[in-house]
Amino acid sequence: MKKKFPLTPILFLLPSVFFLAVFIYIPLVQNFYNSFFDFNVFSNSKEFVGLAQIQKLFQDDVVMVSIMNNFKYAIISVIFQIFFALILASILEDKLFRKVAPTLRVIYFIPVMISISVIALLFSFIYNPQMGLLNSFLELVGLDTLTRPWLGNSTSAIYSVIAMSQWQSIGLITMLFIVAIQKIPNELYEAADIDGAGRIRKFFSVTLPQVKETMFVNLLITVTGSILVFNEPFILTNGGPGNSSMTLAVHMYQTGFSRDNMGYASTIATLTFLLSAIFALIQIKVSKTGKED
Amino acid sequence: MKENINSKQYSNSRQKEPKSAKIQTRIFKYSTLIGLGIFALIILYPLFWMLISSFKSYEEIYSDVWNLPGTWNFSNYTLAWEQGIQNYFINSLYVTGFAILITVTIGSMAAFTLSRYRNRWIDIALLFIIGGLMMNPQVALIPLFEILTFFNLIDTRWALILTYVAYRLPLTIILIRAFFLTVPKELSESALLDGCSEFGIYRRIYLPLSIPVVVTTVILNAFFAWNEFLFATVFINSSDLKTIPSGLMVFRDALRTDWGVLLSGMVIASIPMIILLIFLQKYLVRGLAEGSVKG
Repeated sequence: MKKKFPLTPILFLLPSVFFLAVFIYIPLVQNFYNSFFDFNVFSNSKEFVGLAQIQKLFQDDVVMVSIMNNFKYAIISVIFQIFFALILASILEDKLFRKVAPTLRVIYFIPVMISISVIALLFSFIYNPQMGLLNSFLELVGLDTLTRPWLGNSTSAIYSVIAMSQWQSIGLITMLFIVAIQKIPNELYEAADIDGAGRIRKFFSVTLPQVKETMFVNLLITVTGSILVFNEPFILTNGGPGNSSMTLAVHMYQTGFSRDNMGYASTIATLTFLLSAIFALIQIKVSKTGKED
Repeated sequence: MKENINSKQYSNSRQKEPKSAKIQTRIFKYSTLIGLGIFALIILYPLFWMLISSFKSYEEIYSDVWNLPGTWNFSNYTLAWEQGIQNYFINSLYVTGFAILITVTIGSMAAFTLSRYRNRWIDIALLFIIGGLMMNPQVALIPLFEILTFFNLIDTRWALILTYVAYRLPLTIILIRAFFLTVPKELSESALLDGCSEFGIYRRIYLPLSIPVVVTTVILNAFFAWNEFLFATVFINSSDLKTIPSGLMVFRDALRTDWGVLLSGMVIASIPMIILLIFLQKYLVRGLAEGSVKG
């Protein structure tokens, strides 16, 4: 027996399917296709070059620098936003800090709400070599030797950019952990209390296993975010000095829109997509095997 | 059995030395509080600095980083507003408003179909929409630029509105669908018997019942559209049409050393979202949590 399937539901679904097809799925396919061509913004025709762009990818030193920077971004972000944020969240959910926790939660969350361009402009003031807050602070506490032009120095530039990202995003991940901790049934903690478990013991044997799923999701957000990062390095350093703080997305943007080499930029975008997809798949796989235990 | 004995020992030992345990807890409490306070300061001080410096003159910002302004230059704000922020602000309102309206309208319609019917095609459609969550704007940038050029939309506000709608639809649909699934079937069945159309069921039953989740998605999309930077930079060239995030970059280049005015512009850009956070914290947090877990 066939159930009646009226027309309205199909009409309801169409606009969304259309938007996703035109602006998400077609561009993705188109991007793969573009990777095999040579063209610029105003060219009427695309010249087929086969695998030449991919060959170029392997000879491009900037790509290597970018990948290294994206990895640095990912590793530091995981340390701060997974480990530190989880500890912070469990402290804020502890009975001892019940009075101050709501206020602190909002304070830590404020930077998440502020536009990245405001944050990045603010940090270009903080890192300013002459009047910047960071150097002024270091002088104030007598650490003059540590002062430097944070963004103008090719060793410190990428770390300064990464530090700003941590400052902005830690509140978001902390909040996600807090929500997860609040969902843990209270009986588990009560049982641990009866067993005489201390704070640290409770963290490892109750909190940690219970927030495992959230942890994998946060790991996924953080790592793919690090591989795709564009705004922060673009506004603060534009990849400089030299190419020292270049990331894949900034390299792609500059190749396509500043140097007008759209074909090669598409190849870089494809590489970025594959990298983020591979890491996402690995993490999903690992989290699945973890669940079976 | 063994555990029982152990726990008894623990509780005994706890009762024996309540004083030292209390002191330990107290030390832990206060040292942690100091740590939390320092961290709060690291977060708040730069923002506080932005606020007070926005009232300073260039010389004062440059030579006296720490102090409060000698004279409070409120004129920085009027200057910032007149020299461009006003325009960016209106563009941001326009883009954010339309993006939200379209996303929530067609997103809730799709969620209605996806929650009320089950067959092979619906499953495929659902997979198609969830898959959209995995795609990232950075990767699609160049093809999107081509597509928008093809439709003659580059350098219009609609270039932003349409792309924002597309990239926000998957999450919006998933959140609203999850809520729609909890609407009792009896309600729509009795409405059908009363001769109500499918559209009527959506309008009169599902939508009114789902106000909380609609508010959540409105806030999440407002937050996204107000702060989005990449598309706003690439798809819009005329500075008349720029939204606040990309407009601030134009503002910085035009002002050069007028730092007080630039900082005022930054403060104005942040105010709407901070108000949103303070008043609608509950909806926002819930939305972010559900959205990320399902993503």
